[in-house]
This record gives sequence, structure tokens and C-alpha cells, in this order.
Amino acid sequence: MAHAYTPGLKVSSWLDHRCKRMLPIKGDVLVEVGQEVDANDVVAHTEMPGDVYPVNLANLLSLPPSDVPECLVKSEGDQVKEGEVLAQTKGIFGMMKKSQKSPYTGTIETVSEVTGQLILRGPAIPIQVKAYVSGRVVEVLPEEGCVVETKGTYLQGIFGIGGETNGSIRMACERHDQKLTPDLITDDMKGCVVVGGGQMTDAAIERALQVGAAAVVSGGMDDQDLRDFLGYDLGVAITGSERKGITLVITEGFGDIAMAGRSYDLLKAREGCQASVNGATQIRAGVMRPEIIVPAGSDENPVSGSEGQVEGLLEPGRPVRIIRDPYFGVIGQVSGLPHQPAVLGSGSKARVLEVKLDSGESVVIPRANVELIEG
Amino acid sequence: MSQATSHETIKIDTDKVKIILATDCGSTTTKAVFIELVDGVYRQTQRGEAPTTVEQPFADVTIGAVNSITEIGELAGRKLVDENGRIIQPATDTEGCDIYISTSSAGGGLQMMVAGVIAEMTAASAKRAALGAGAIVMDVISSNDKRRPHEQIQRIRELRPDMILLSGGTDGGTTEKVVELAELIAPARPQPRFGSEYEMPIIYAGNAAAQEKVGEVLDEGWIDLEMVENLRPVLERENLGPARDKIHDVFLEHVMAHAPGYDRLMNWTDAPIMPTPGAVGDILQQIAKDQGINVVGVDIGGATTDVFSVFDKTFNRTVSANLGMSYSISNVCAEATMPSVLRWVHFDMNERELRNRVKNKMIRPTTIPQSHEALVFEQAVAREALRLAYQQHKEFATTLKGVQQQRTVGDTFSQQVGGQTIVDNMALNLLVASGGVLSHAPRMEQTAMMLVDAFEPEGITKLAKDSIFMMPHLGVLAAVHPKAAMEVFERDCLVYLGTNVAAKGLGKPGKKCFSWELNGEGISESGEMNFGEMKLIRLGPDQTATITCDPARGFDLGAGPGKKMSGEVRGGTVGLILDGRGRPLALPEERAACKGAIGGWVDELELYPKVEEAIPATV
Repeated sequence: MAHAYTPGLKVSSWLDHRCKRMLPIKGDVLVEVGQEVDANDVVAHTEMPGDVYPVNLANLLSLPPSDVPECLVKSEGDQVKEGEVLAQTKGIFGMMKKSQKSPYTGTIETVSEVTGQLILRGPAIPIQVKAYVSGRVVEVLPEEGCVVETKGTYLQGIFGIGGETNGSIRMACERHDQKLTPDLITDDMKGCVVVGGGQMTDAAIERALQVGAAAVVSGGMDDQDLRDFLGYDLGVAITGSERKGITLVITEGFGDIAMAGRSYDLLKAREGCQASVNGATQIRAGVMRPEIIVPAGSDENPVSGSEGQVEGLLEPGRPVRIIRDPYFGVIGQVSGLPHQPAVLGSGSKARVLEVKLDSGESVVIPRANVELIEG
Repeated sequence: MSQATSHETIKIDTDKVKIILATDCGSTTTKAVFIELVDGVYRQTQRGEAPTTVEQPFADVTIGAVNSITEIGELAGRKLVDENGRIIQPATDTEGCDIYISTSSAGGGLQMMVAGVIAEMTAASAKRAALGAGAIVMDVISSNDKRRPHEQIQRIRELRPDMILLSGGTDGGTTEKVVELAELIAPARPQPRFGSEYEMPIIYAGNAAAQEKVGEVLDEGWIDLEMVENLRPVLERENLGPARDKIHDVFLEHVMAHAPGYDRLMNWTDAPIMPTPGAVGDILQQIAKDQGINVVGVDIGGATTDVFSVFDKTFNRTVSANLGMSYSISNVCAEATMPSVLRWVHFDMNERELRNRVKNKMIRPTTIPQSHEALVFEQAVAREALRLAYQQHKEFATTLKGVQQQRTVGDTFSQQVGGQTIVDNMALNLLVASGGVLSHAPRMEQTAMMLVDAFEPEGITKLAKDSIFMMPHLGVLAAVHPKAAMEVFERDCLVYLGTNVAAKGLGKPGKKCFSWELNGEGISESGEMNFGEMKLIRLGPDQTATITCDPARGFDLGAGPGKKMSGEVRGGTVGLILDGRGRPLALPEERAACKGAIGGWVDELELYPKVEEAIPATV
């Protein structure tokens, strides 16, 4: 077999990228097909049903559930305020009446004769969906959302923390392998997407948070620093809902590792441009990787020879990144694809490939331990 | 699409079947096996593997399946997939196959939420039903789970289950509490992970008298409500079968149909796609029944670890949702703690660096250990994942038995976690290992030791492994071609590693644990095991022998403390392991002593001999 299949991360200087912007439940779409939108524009809006508070009137009023409906002083569908009387017992000869006030403000949704339970629905929660990327609306899904198309630079990271944000790109490191330290982060980086090089240190993250940076993107980070930042040890890689006030994206992996030169160069070329960043990562069903999208200006032309994404065939000459120790993070080119499995240092037998490193050295690596990158 | 439901059998003219192709679409890897009729006997002859492709940008499970099958085709010199990417059927002399079947745990498997009135009773039964059907139980909601109703509703809103199993009340028992549970679910309106158009299947398996009221409360457009028999019709008896069958049906009709590419895969297969754990459970129950033994099986995957047990004909299964070797490896280290993992490593490692390695494995789950050091660490993590999973299994597999088993009311009320486990390591006859880290260990000795260290079998226990993780394939094959399934199982699936003989009890290091005498064809040996020692006696795969053990006071090998016992031991690729470390297994707390002890066992069992670099680091 002259080639093998292997997945990889998408890194492209010019990509037509479509973002589906969907409401969690049906609502109003506020844009039309063909409309130009900015990342912060609201494209769809709805109201989520409010929180639900059950009030067990039968228990609270010491009544059989079937007697609850006749004691109600409010009806299903009525709005009630906190402290308003919901129900009152008839008492004995009109005396010793017992009443129950509403513990919350909301609308009475249902009252059950079976359980004696009243379901109170809190005020509706407004939900707004923003465009997230600057671009053009190419499709409207009535009552559900829309699709925004943008053209420009697109990078997938390997892991991230925090949700969607945007800001202008600011390069903090001068080289792709330079460690991101706090002294490189300045006060004027407020609201910016700060791009480092190698490992982002815990102090640098702290500093970025302090100056109000929107996001930090760098090659790697130490797991211990992640743990300290989150306040807990991340068990499974399902992220995006953290509310830490900043979005973090690492492009290569954990440890002291440099950002791939090509990724760094792409971001450097777009310094000053607005970028949309999402740290949400889900490495399970329906894998989701963090992303950095830098829409091109309307006068920019496609960059030749850089389209397409990194997927598919592992063939001689294709650039790859080694993704497991002892060569973790090293980049090279496929120089051979032996057909027969080989015995590894661990004693395991696996199908391997030969990789010629940038240093000129050739190494043999299990095929499972490389990913394709763009050349 | 005319998929048969999971408990229907499809008629195939088994006499004409010569070539069988089976895939198992795991969360990380899709594994294909190729079975041929060779000299009148079915044999597994080839296997292929490819990354599973349910994720973007591929989002089509059939790509991974076809890739794994293509690999087999290349190895077998047979064209199995046509130009349109479809499996060729039926088989000719040079092309295609007669039967194609598949199991699946990709896409995170089947994720369920269950609810019942009392946590220890109907909710526990509902959980058992869901687990037995092969699901991951995301949460159990009950009237007495100590959460306030609005907190329960909030929790239901946050979860994104594939389906909900609602139970509660014995037949003729409480209606009110069951309806209350339905009233929590209806307004919560959990969002399914397959999008807003997905109708959430809710299976009601509670008090029959409450069906109508529950139906009224759950009469919502977004709910697809199914009613089945009560899974706990009376307090003393469970009736899990109907709920389990319905879960399988709903899994096929709703969940699988929404997973990327499964509609195509379901059309290709000659039998319903089974959840992987369901298929493994089927084949293990078959072994226990055929041989009249107690069996424990384990399948350690990337995201989850499944433990199956059959003790006194009672089947139990647990899924430890976040104990696995890739997606969940970081969680294993967090739950077990890094020092607990590292106690199994006989050399020093940098903990900070290891933490990064663990996270890198988590974010790139398909990588494999290349160096000796990485392998030792990964196997240490596996020991902890297995130990934790077995602990959870023991706590869950209580005296309340599976489908339609009896227990007394007194038993029900005295149900205590851990107090009534039916898992008895002394009564365990066979321990079967499957899953990447166990099946693909470079040396069988490593597999055997991972099992012994994590499960701590007592007395005489045979050890086996699923040679190439074929049990899921054979579990589903048994439903369409039982003869082929059993023939392949006997000849190619189980690889006997040998037998472990271990004493229960604790003593002082260096003091006598038990003396032993081994007699068999071509073998006659005897000796004494001191506490803390291990010994490996090479006994070939076809060899059996009789061992007689005389334990020291306080130690038990099955006949009682201090009582002499004898039994038959079977050889295997590893042989006979004499384990004098006592039970429960306790490693020295002091690091240097622990390292020394582990190092001694590593040497005795020849776990990690120096590997001649078959491939040089530099070409």
C-alpha cells in the first residue's frame, strides 16, 4: 500500500468557511440572505422558557391533591409575583384559613389534581445569537438561524478553553517558538486576540486576564497551569462553557511546544485584523476543535495554492507532525511507508512510516502517531 | 429502511455461507474481522483496523468501516468493496462476502437518563435495565435523591440524553410520585444532542396504573413516548427484559438513525447493529452457560470500561463512563490520583511531564505508545482504570438479580452498597480480557499481570484474552450464524493466558503464605511461596496439571483459612502464576519499597524484557 489514511487539523490561509448560527429553540431570524454582518451583530433572537419551580400545594396546605384546584386563587396562565397568594384553604366555618404565597415570580403553567403540584414558570430568558464571524448571510433557516459565510484565514487548534469571542490580532511573541511570558503582554492588548509562540505560561495567562485580552493563542501550555487556571483537573476534553473571562487556544498540545511555523506566520500576516475565536473543544461524539477565523477584507483576493484542508492520504512527501513522545511536536515529511508492520521500542507491532525531519534526520514512527499538516 | 428490531432474528441460509465480514465501530477505531470456511470449519483469517470516522470533517461512519475492510481486502487478496464504496455481496470465488454484520459504540455510545421513585428500588432497577441494554447512564433522578425539584429540572435541562427511561411504583402502588417525576421531565424539555427536530424517546416502564396519567403529562410534540411493562412490578421482583428490548429498538430506530452515516451502515448489515457491550455480554453469558462456570469479562476502551460478570447464572454489566485509555485517560489519572498510577511503575518518572503526556493522549486519542517507558506508564494507568471499574461493578452487582429473579422484602430494605455484592473473587473461574490496552499488549505476561493486579482473583482462576477483540463481532454473529460464532470462538477468539493461584489473607513479608505441589504430564514440581512473592511456572497452552496447596494459618485458597486444597490448572501462553501477595492486595506505601516490590514481580514474570530495536530510532 503506497498510502494510508490519517486525520489532521485544518490550517489554511484562504478558506471559504461557513458558520451555522442556530437558536437552541425556535425564534426570530433577524437577517436576510445576502446581508453583510459583523461578528457582533445579533442574527437571531428568541426567548427560552424560564426556569421551572414546582410548588407542592397539597403538601404545603395539608390537602388531598384533588382538593387543590378549588383552593386556587389564581388560574393556569396567570402571572404571579413573589409573595402573592397562590391558594387558600376554606378553613373551618370560614375560620383558620391557610394560604400559600408564591415563592417566585412567574406564570402558573399547570396544576395537577393527581399530585397537588403547581408548576410555576419563571420569566422568559432572552437568547441572542450573534454572527460570530464577519461575513455574508448565505442561507436563512426560518425560525432557527442562518448560515454566515466568510473567506479568509482559518486555523483549527488542538484544545481550547472558553467560548466564542473576537478581537484584533496582536502578536506578542517574535518567533513561533518563543515562550509567552507576562512581560510580553501589554495594557493596550485589551480586547485583543493575543498570539504567542511556544508555551503560554500561567503568569502570562494571568496577565492577559488582567489586561482584558479577549483570547490567547499559543503553541502549548502546561497541564499543571491549566489545572491551576481552571481550579480543577479536567477529566474529559469537553470544554467551551467555562466562564473565565478569556478564551485560550493551544495549537499543538500540552507541554513546552512551539506553534507550527506556518500557523504562526499565517497569524502574523493578519496582525491587526479582526479575528473570531472559539475555544470550545469536544473530543468525543462529533469531535469539535477550537478555531481561529480571520475574515479577509472585501478587497483581498484568494491566496493561491493554499486552499483545501488537511485530511486523507498519507503519502511520501506530505508534511506531518509527530503527535506522541519521544518525538512529540516534531515536524517532518513522509519519506517512506513500509507495508509490513514493525516492532517498536515498546515491543508492540504496528504499521509505521518513515519521517524525514527538518533537521535532516530520519525517524520511524507508528502511523497512528502522526497527523497531516499543510505544507 | 427495513431494519429488524434488535430481538428479531434474521433468516440466513447458513449452509451456503463461506465468507463472513464483521466490523465493530468503536469510539476510536473501527475493527474488521474476516471469517472464512476453511476445510469445513469457520476460521478467522484476517483483520483490519482504521480510525473511526463519525467526526467532522468526515462525519460518516461508513468511511472508517470501508477503510478497515479495504485493509482486510488487501491482506486477503480479495476485493470486498466495489467502486461505489459498497460491500460486495454475495461472495464469489474472488470477491465479496456472504454475511456482513456490525456492532457500534461510536459517537459516545448510547447515552441515557433514568428516573425512578426511590433511588435504591425502582430507580436502581431502571439503571440496571439501561446498563444491561448497553447504555451509559448520565444521571439517575429519583424522588429521594436529595436534590430539590427545581434542581432536578435544571439538571434534566442540562443533560442531552439520547433517551429517557422513566419508572417508578410497583403495579398498583404509588401513582402520585410517578406522575410527579413526569411533571419534572415535561417542563424541563431536555435538548437532544441530535438537534431540535429530534423527538426525545421516553420509555415508561413503571406502575401500570399510572400509564394514562403519565401519558397525559408527557403528551408533548417533542416527546415520543413508549409504554412497556413495569420493570419492578412487585418490590421483590425485577422484570427488566421488556424495558431492555425497547431500549435496543429505540437505539436502532432513533439514535443510530441520527448518527452520521449510520443510516447507510444499517442498510448494509444482514443483522441489526448491536451496541458493542450488548454483543460482548451475549457471548460471555453463552460461555458461562456452556461451561457452567462463573465468568468476569472486561472491555477497556478509549472512553469507557465495561465489566461483565456471570455469578451463579446471574448476569450483570456496568459501564464506567469516564474510565478509559484515551478520551478518558485524564479522568482515570484524576480519579485514581497520579501517585496511585505511578505506584505500578518500577522506575522514576517526572510527574509534571507525565501530566502533559496524559493530556496529549486525551486530545489525540488514537496515538499508541512507541517507547518502553510510555508502554509501562500506559499499563499502569490501565491497572487503575480496571481496578476502579471493577470496584464500581462490585458495588452495583448486588444480590438483587437480573431479569425476573426473586429476592425477599427484607433483602430490599437491607440493600447496602458493597454489602451484598454477588461478585465473589474466590468463586471466579474465568477472567476474560478485551480492549486495546489488554488485547494489544506486546507480551501476554503484561496482559495477565494487569488482570491479576486490578481484579485480584483469589484461589484458582483461569485467565484469557480476546485475541484481537473479536467478542463483539461474535456476539452479533451468534444471532445469525451460531455455528460459525462458536467455531471461531473456540479456535481463534479466546487465547488462554494460563491460571492464577492466589491466597486470600494478609501476612508479614518473607513469612510462609502457602506451599504447593504441581503434578501433571511431564511436570512435577513443588515449593513454598512466601508472603509478597510471585512465581511463574511455564505451562503450555495444551497442558493441564493438578496443584495442591497447603496455606499457612490465616490464608485461604478456596477450601477455607489454613485448609489444604487442590484443583486443576490450565496452561497457556503465559503459564501458571503463583501469587503470594495476599488479598486484598496492598503495595508498600513507601516509594522505594514499592518500586523494589514491583521491580521484583516485573523480573519474575518477565514483563518487560529488553526489546531488540527491530526498527532503529534513526533510519
